[in-house]
This record gives sequence, C-alpha cells and structure tokens, in this order.
Amino acid sequence: MKKFLCILMALALTVGCFAGCGGGTTETEAPATDTPATEAPATEAPSTEAPATEAPAGESSGTFTIGMIGPLTGGAAIYGTAVANAAQIAVDEINALGGPVQFELLTQDDTNDPETAVNAYNNLMDQGMQILLGTVTTQPALAVVPYAYDERVFTLTPSGSGDDVIEGNDNVFQVCFTDSNQGTRSAQYINENFPDAQIAIIYKNDDQYSQGIRDNFVAEAESRSMSIVYEGTFQEATQTDFNNQLTAAQSAGADMIFLPIYYTPASVILTQANAMGYTPTFFGVDGMDGILTVEGFDTSLAEGVYLLTPFSADAEDEATQAFVTEYQDRFGEVPNQFAADAYDGIYIIYEAIQAAGITADMSNEEICDALIAAMGNLSIVGLTSAGSEMTWDENGAVSKDPAAVVIENGTYVTP
Amino acid sequence: MEFLSYLINGVSLGSIYAIIALGYTMVYGIAKMLNFAHGDVIMVGGYVSFYATSFAAANLLGDEPSAGATLAATLLSVLLAMVVCTALGIIIEGLAYRPLRQAGNLAVLITAIGVSYFLQNAAQLLFGAAPKNFTPVVSGQLTLFSGQLRISYVALLTVVVCIVIMVGLTLFTGKNKMGKAMRACSEDQGAAQLMGINVNATISMTFAIGSALAAVAGVLLCSYSPVLQPTTGSMPGIKAFTAAVFGGIGSIPGAFLGGLLLGIIEAMAQAYISTQLSNTVLFAVLIVVLLVKPSGLLGKYAPEKV
Repeated sequence: MKKFLCILMALALTVGCFAGCGGGTTETEAPATDTPATEAPATEAPSTEAPATEAPAGESSGTFTIGMIGPLTGGAAIYGTAVANAAQIAVDEINALGGPVQFELLTQDDTNDPETAVNAYNNLMDQGMQILLGTVTTQPALAVVPYAYDERVFTLTPSGSGDDVIEGNDNVFQVCFTDSNQGTRSAQYINENFPDAQIAIIYKNDDQYSQGIRDNFVAEAESRSMSIVYEGTFQEATQTDFNNQLTAAQSAGADMIFLPIYYTPASVILTQANAMGYTPTFFGVDGMDGILTVEGFDTSLAEGVYLLTPFSADAEDEATQAFVTEYQDRFGEVPNQFAADAYDGIYIIYEAIQAAGITADMSNEEICDALIAAMGNLSIVGLTSAGSEMTWDENGAVSKDPAAVVIENGTYVTP
Repeated sequence: MEFLSYLINGVSLGSIYAIIALGYTMVYGIAKMLNFAHGDVIMVGGYVSFYATSFAAANLLGDEPSAGATLAATLLSVLLAMVVCTALGIIIEGLAYRPLRQAGNLAVLITAIGVSYFLQNAAQLLFGAAPKNFTPVVSGQLTLFSGQLRISYVALLTVVVCIVIMVGLTLFTGKNKMGKAMRACSEDQGAAQLMGINVNATISMTFAIGSALAAVAGVLLCSYSPVLQPTTGSMPGIKAFTAAVFGGIGSIPGAFLGGLLLGIIEAMAQAYISTQLSNTVLFAVLIVVLLVKPSGLLGKYAPEKV
C-alpha cells in the first residue's frame, strides 16, 4: 500500500512537471516528407545557374515553411497568441487564393524567455523552417537573431521593437516601429499636447525594451527641456509592488506618468495608484496594449490612459473591418496591434516572395538573399500603416509613424 | 510626510511578510523542517479567494450589490480559502512529509522543494499562466493632514490582521492544551511522545494552522500587490523565510519583528537608496545581523550537550 502510494506521488510529480511545459508546440504536424529539404542536397542545385538576383525572370512557387516564435504562455502570452492567431488567418487566406505560392505555418512557444526562444528556434529549424516570423518580443529576439543571421534565415519580427534587433545584421526586418521611434514620438506627443506636464517615468531596467524606450524618451525630453521630476525602476523580481515608486512620484509632484512597460505591471500600477488616491495621467507605449484584457482588472481604471499604437480595431477601412470580423469569428476577441502586425507580416513575406521570384526548393541562404534584395524595393499598404505605404531601410526598420490613442469607454479612441 | 508614507508602505508590506514568516517559523519550530512549499500555499489561497469572489460577483450578487453583501461574499471567500489551504496543508504533510519523518533533513528539504514545484505547475495547469488582477478586499483610503498623507485601507487592514494573528498565536501556544503540546514537541519529540502526546497529530495541527495563515497572507498579499500568477508566492515566500531567520527561526515574536523590519528596510531602501539595490541592502542587513547574532534577533542560543 505504501509502495503504491509512493508510485502514485512520483507519477503525480512527473505529470506536474510536464504540465509546466504544456502548450509548447501547438502545431507539431510537419511531416518531413512535405517540407522541402533545408539541408539542400548537393545533387539538386539548379540555382547555381540562376542566381536569385535575376528575380523578375522566375515565377515564385512552392510551399514555404514559415516558423513563428512567441510567448504563448506566461506574462506576455497575449502577444504571442495574437501573433499566432493572426498569422494563421493570413496564411489561410493566402493558401485559399490557390496561387503558386503556398505557406505552412509552424508555431513554437518561447514564454518570453531568451533561452526557451533559442530552443524553439532550433526545433523549428529541425522541422524545416525557411522563413522566421518572430520573435514577438524583444528580449528573446536578441537571443535568436544571431543564430538566424549565421544560418541565413530571413527574419521578419512583427513586434520585436528593440533597435538592437535589426542592428548589425542584414536579414532581420521589423513590421513595428523601433523603440527609439516610440520613445522619441512619446516625448514629442507629450510636449505638444501637455506642455506643462510634470513627468515621472517608471520603467523596468532589466528589460532592453523598457530601458531602450526610456533612454530615447529622456534624450528627446531633454532636448525639448521638458520637466522630468522622478524616475523609478523595477525588475523582474520586484514587478508586483509599486507603492514606493508611486509615493515618490506623487511627492515629486508628477501629474503625468510615462510607462514604457508591458501591460501586466502596468495593471498593478493603475490599481495601486487608485488605492492610494493618486490620479495622474498615464502614458504608455505599445506594451500597454492588452491592459483591457487582464482577467479581473477593473477596466474603469484604464479610462483616460494614453498609449501608442499603429492599429485601431475601430478603423473603418475595408481591410481592417474584414480582418477584425474574421478574427472575432475565429477567436472570439477583438484583435490588438500585435495581431495586426503579424497579419501584415505574413502579407509582407508573401509580397516579398512574389517580387523575389524564388521557389520553395531553394536553400535558406538563397531565399534569404533574394528576400533581402526584394525588401529594399517593397512598398506595402497594410493594417498598421494607416493608409500610407510601408517601406524599409537597409537596416530593416520600417517607415511609419506611431500614433497616440486614449482609452475611452473601454475602447481606443484617437484624441 | 513622504517619510511617513514610506514607513506605512513598509509596515504593511512587513506585516504580510510577518504573517507568512509565522507559518515558516511554527513549522520549523515544531517539525524541525523548512517547508519551502509554504509560499505556494499562499498562491493557492489567493486563487481560491479570487475565483470565489468572481463566482459570487457573477452568479450570486446582483448588478449593484449592497456593501453588506459584498463584504459577506469577501469574508466567505477568505474563509473558503482558509478551509482549502488548511486541507491542502494537512494533505501535503500527510503524503509528502510524514513518510520521511525518520529520514534525514536533506531528504525532507528536497521533498519540500518538489512540492513547491508541483503546486506551481499544477496551478499553471488549472488556472492558466496569464496573470490575473486581484480586486482588493477593501478599497479606498484614509486621508490625513488635509490630503498630505493617504493611507489605503488595505494597508491598515493588513497591520491589524497581523497583530491579531500574532497575539492569538502567542496566547494559543501559551495557554491552550494543544499549544502546550506543540511547545513540548518543539523541545523534544521523543520525550513528548513518552508523555502521551500524539506527535503526528500535533505536527498535522501545526501545518493546518500554518496553511490557514498562508491563506490569509495570500488574500492580503494579493490585495496589496494585485497581480496573481502561479509564481506569486515564491518571492514573498523567500523574503518571509528570510524574515523568520532574521527574527530567530522558531520564535513567534521573532517572526513578527523580523517581518516588520524586513518590510521597513525594503521600503526605505527603495525610497532613499535605490529601487534597484533594495534587495541587496536587505540581504546585507541580514548578513550583518547573523554575523553579530547567529541565532537571529530573538532566537534562543541552545548549546548542544555532548
């Protein structure tokens, strides 16, 4: 009996351990037979005679394997799932067109952790990934990008907004605007609309994303001689209590708090400020997107919060409405900007493949070089470009401007 | 005025540490083991209360519930959390620790770490990994000195609850028969058994009390910093363990004092030194105290006779 109990407990523990890893691979079906050989066997190498640069000559065709890496579980899960969902919609739409170019999408969870992201990347490479849509967040992207650069995998990150993500490599492009852009633009916006604001900044200084935006914000604020009265930091281990930072901001006389952080700690800040009876204006960046979806969060506290976003689900153009309806039908919620970035991302890859004239049986290196060449001449109107055309510089940064919205009655409204 | 605000933040955070530390210290004092799963019992308490309150808000209370009904629902949710955690504590003790009563200390310690991971992963499976925002059990704040000083009711409640628990426990171990049995076990298990005390039942009782305290701590912790996820209990658990060592592990007033001091040092370090270095300052103070007083502030130095 005792032995039986021991075995039972051991089993329970083992199951518990696995439970933590659950939800890793959401789509494991990728039979080796229908994924083109990425090892590029020497026997079939027709590309030597037709270099990728002679793009217009060739017609693009074949089924391309796109890998997606993002946090499907954990504190940033809302971003990863949004990207995975929206990418699937775009892939299904393109496949339904029945054209010569078809996509297969493989998704992997990185739990917003760099080490897990590298494992996810290697896993996808084993499954025959040719193009990477990812990673979704900056920190894991910085870990994955060096591998993708070495192994020549064309990489388009929907939302990894760190400047370092595209710095020093030629194969990584962004759909979202960079952190420097966000920091600078936030400072400009506050300066133009709240000229007398006494600003406090609370940021996470062990996170590149948060630190990067804060640095650019402060630089721009200084050049405009804006008044920053307090700067408070927090780290991964201390992101559940902000009473002391808020007390300090309040006693420094701040009436505007800039929060270049993700929505989970932001929801704590809003709740604790409310408990203290402190009511400044809060100004977030794209990481604030998702604040309205935190379970149990009193969304009335988010009323009047400003945030930067390139996408508003209320936009009335046809493409946005079609996408929002499809997303709601399939997943039962309103898509956020990360979803829109991912949807645009798949179409950008699609257009780039068309322009490059590549086939799915080429090696990763040939595909990568051809797509890099094609990106330079690409201009695309997407859900996240507000009607204008997105273009890319040689660094991989996109040209589009973040716009500020304010939360009113539980939705984003352009002020 | 700022100083007072920081002090109040520190005292209320410290009170939460103190309640958790009381659980650590009681179990250590009586069963002579470090129950590292204690922090995760706190997390379970938070989730039970969260779901009970959400359930009540969705199904039992109307659209505009009266203050009395809300209060009753909140109290019931706390009570439910205490019942669930007490049961959980007894089950953990019976299944994981009791079979190891005669085994070495290390075996029990590693089992405790295993139980901690088991609870975290089970919570992730059951409740999901996405963080939930916990609605504080009380809202609003007390305004003093014409708005210069604001104290949230959560902070006040935390301090009051902590003092009540501390006084209650001291009386319990001092006057009650069960409490006396606990102290006897803590001094010498073998001798206590010879005197007719049921050691196993006493240890189960200790776990039950410790886990019920953990449930209260969980609700207060989540009211104070309203984010609830499977790892919610681990950092406060470690800090509270530190507090228990700081005050002298095994000593009930020591855990209280250690928790309060820890909270105040943390708040002051964040306010006047650096938000980044607060944990460094905290542990530096701990090391200095342990160098001077190896058994903690109120710990008893018990030389072993050979």
